[in-house]
Amino acid sequence: MARKVAGPEIEQLIQLLARLPGLGPRSARRAALHLINKKDQLLAPLAAAMTAARDKIVICETCGNVDTSIECTICADPRRDVSLICVVEEVADLWALERAGVIKGRYHVLGGTLSPLDGVGPEELSIAGLIARARAPEVKEILLALNATVEGQSTAHYLMDQLETCEVTVSQLAHGVPVGGELDYLDEGTLAAAIKARKTL
Amino acid sequence: MTSQVDPELQPARHRLWIARLRATDFRNYEALSVELDDRSVVLTGPNGAGKTNLLEAVSLLAPGRGLGRAQFADMIRHGAAGWALNAILHSAHGEVEIGTGYRSDDQTSARAVRINGETARSAGALGDYTRTIWLTPAMDGLFTGAAGERRRFLDRLIQSLDPGYRSNLSRFERAMRQRNRLLEDGEASSSRYEGFETQLAEAGTAIAATRLDTVTRLARLCDTPAKGGDASPFPWAELVLEGVLEGRLLNEAAVDVEDFYLETLARCREQDRAARRTLEGPHRSDLIVGHGPKGAPARRCSTGEQKALLIGLVLAHAELVKQQSDGYAPLILLDEIVAHLDEARREGLFHEIERLGAQAWMTGTDAAHFAPMGAHAQHFRIENGGVCA
Ligand SMILES: Nc1ncnc2c1ncn2[C@@H]1O[C@H](COP(=O)(O)OP(=O)(O)OP(=O)(O)O)[C@@H](O)[C@H]1O
Ligand SMILES: [Mg+2]
Ligand SMILES: [Zn+2]
Repeated sequence: MARKVAGPEIEQLIQLLARLPGLGPRSARRAALHLINKKDQLLAPLAAAMTAARDKIVICETCGNVDTSIECTICADPRRDVSLICVVEEVADLWALERAGVIKGRYHVLGGTLSPLDGVGPEELSIAGLIARARAPEVKEILLALNATVEGQSTAHYLMDQLETCEVTVSQLAHGVPVGGELDYLDEGTLAAAIKARKTL
Repeated sequence: MTSQVDPELQPARHRLWIARLRATDFRNYEALSVELDDRSVVLTGPNGAGKTNLLEAVSLLAPGRGLGRAQFADMIRHGAAGWALNAILHSAHGEVEIGTGYRSDDQTSARAVRINGETARSAGALGDYTRTIWLTPAMDGLFTGAAGERRRFLDRLIQSLDPGYRSNLSRFERAMRQRNRLLEDGEASSSRYEGFETQLAEAGTAIAATRLDTVTRLARLCDTPAKGGDASPFPWAELVLEGVLEGRLLNEAAVDVEDFYLETLARCREQDRAARRTLEGPHRSDLIVGHGPKGAPARRCSTGEQKALLIGLVLAHAELVKQQSDGYAPLILLDEIVAHLDEARREGLFHEIERLGAQAWMTGTDAAHFAPMGAHAQHFRIENGGVCA
């Protein structure tokens, strides 16, 4: 193993940074050094922003989005189309779709996909909440924007089954998307095309 | 071998070949760099010199885990932190630089791949440039061993013809593992199964259809007695694909077979639950190979006959890859194959490689075996993780 090069406070910073997605031990070291070099311009405001975020973050009770109020910005926005609910796996997917600006309606974050191998069944996901929302009279369409992975697609299948008794149209992203592709990775043009070409099931 | 190279069989430079190979901390190579031309490569040297390791390095220029199916971590030279390979390759897309590597502190089990300096999202991207096929001593018992080995062999053949096949295979495997877990858990609700079964049916039927298509085309190439005649050093093979879906696809439309498999999976849940796994499907198929001229199944042939049959199959496959890739034959890696052939077969093999216009990489302990290749190959002596011309 590599020898420690700094005191415990800095080592801990590096170790925590290394747990961020996309950062390995080496890039974490580089990031830490960068933060340290910019102590006043970057490190201090970042620490403050993180503390503030930690204190204020809540999960939207309706859709599962993360925000700073119990009703998220999207759910609270009166200009949103109430007849459409777009179902995504994770908040990251919601944000990717928002970036592309292609969803006029609201969202529902499942919190993952059905995966027996990972011990995730329907109870572990926010499925009951979705069914309840789908029963509301103003809701007309449920758009399943799940990833083109085995788990994403089989979860979509399961949801269609469960939504059968609700009076809604269920549609699915047209996956011109590579198999195993994840929404979060797709560029905005591809996402917009996939939504435009969505199929009704 | 007197080689009047037939100009018709040797069209202008449509050749996939490695022009430079560098290996850093890969297996027993600390720092290796070899410059090559487009001829075949012969590697000779004592046991343990690093011949097989070098073939493994070449096999990693294509998608997958390489010819030994080893863990990437095990390829790191003892005491080093990671390995890297870098190659300049001439392909149908012109000259391409491929880099691939793995470090022990990488937080994944996947290797990194760079193509012309750009990081590729996965090793699958290599399939656009490199096609490789190989024969190793580990494949000796292919015809007598388990069906799984033959299935993997066939699946590998298909992947070098159809890089997209891999995604169906992994989709099928993933969906099956999920379904098997439901079976193990004793899950009874059918709605939990349907999503996975739909994908098993889709991917499974696609897999079976691709296999059937490939085997049919392979059979056309290697069961034509006219090609070599009974006197050919590599006997023609009779190929039969055994499998429920493959069998049905002979007479039924793919959509019907897909429906059939979907129904089968639903119907067999009870039985599968008892077995705690999926019993029916393309993961149980087998490739049955017969020795054409003898009219006998391969597993009942002599060791030498089996070997010749396998080489014949691999050469037919190389021909198929070539036909399908604008005349670019794949890289052919033959580990310790030549030593076990008699003189006539050895020369027959060299002739076939020439005819295909392939850059073959061949290993052996005895340089004399490769003498007939003469100036048709570049000969290297491998010693202790080093290469000398
Ligand atoms: N990760 C590794 N680090 C260092 N050495 C390794 C590593 N993996 C394998 N080796 C060594 O590399 C040596 C060469 O192996 P290789 O299989 O290439 O030999 P070979 O030339 O094909 O020999 P043979 O003629 O017996 O087949 C072996 O001694 C093996 O122990
Ligand atoms: Mg060897
Ligand atoms: Zn919300």
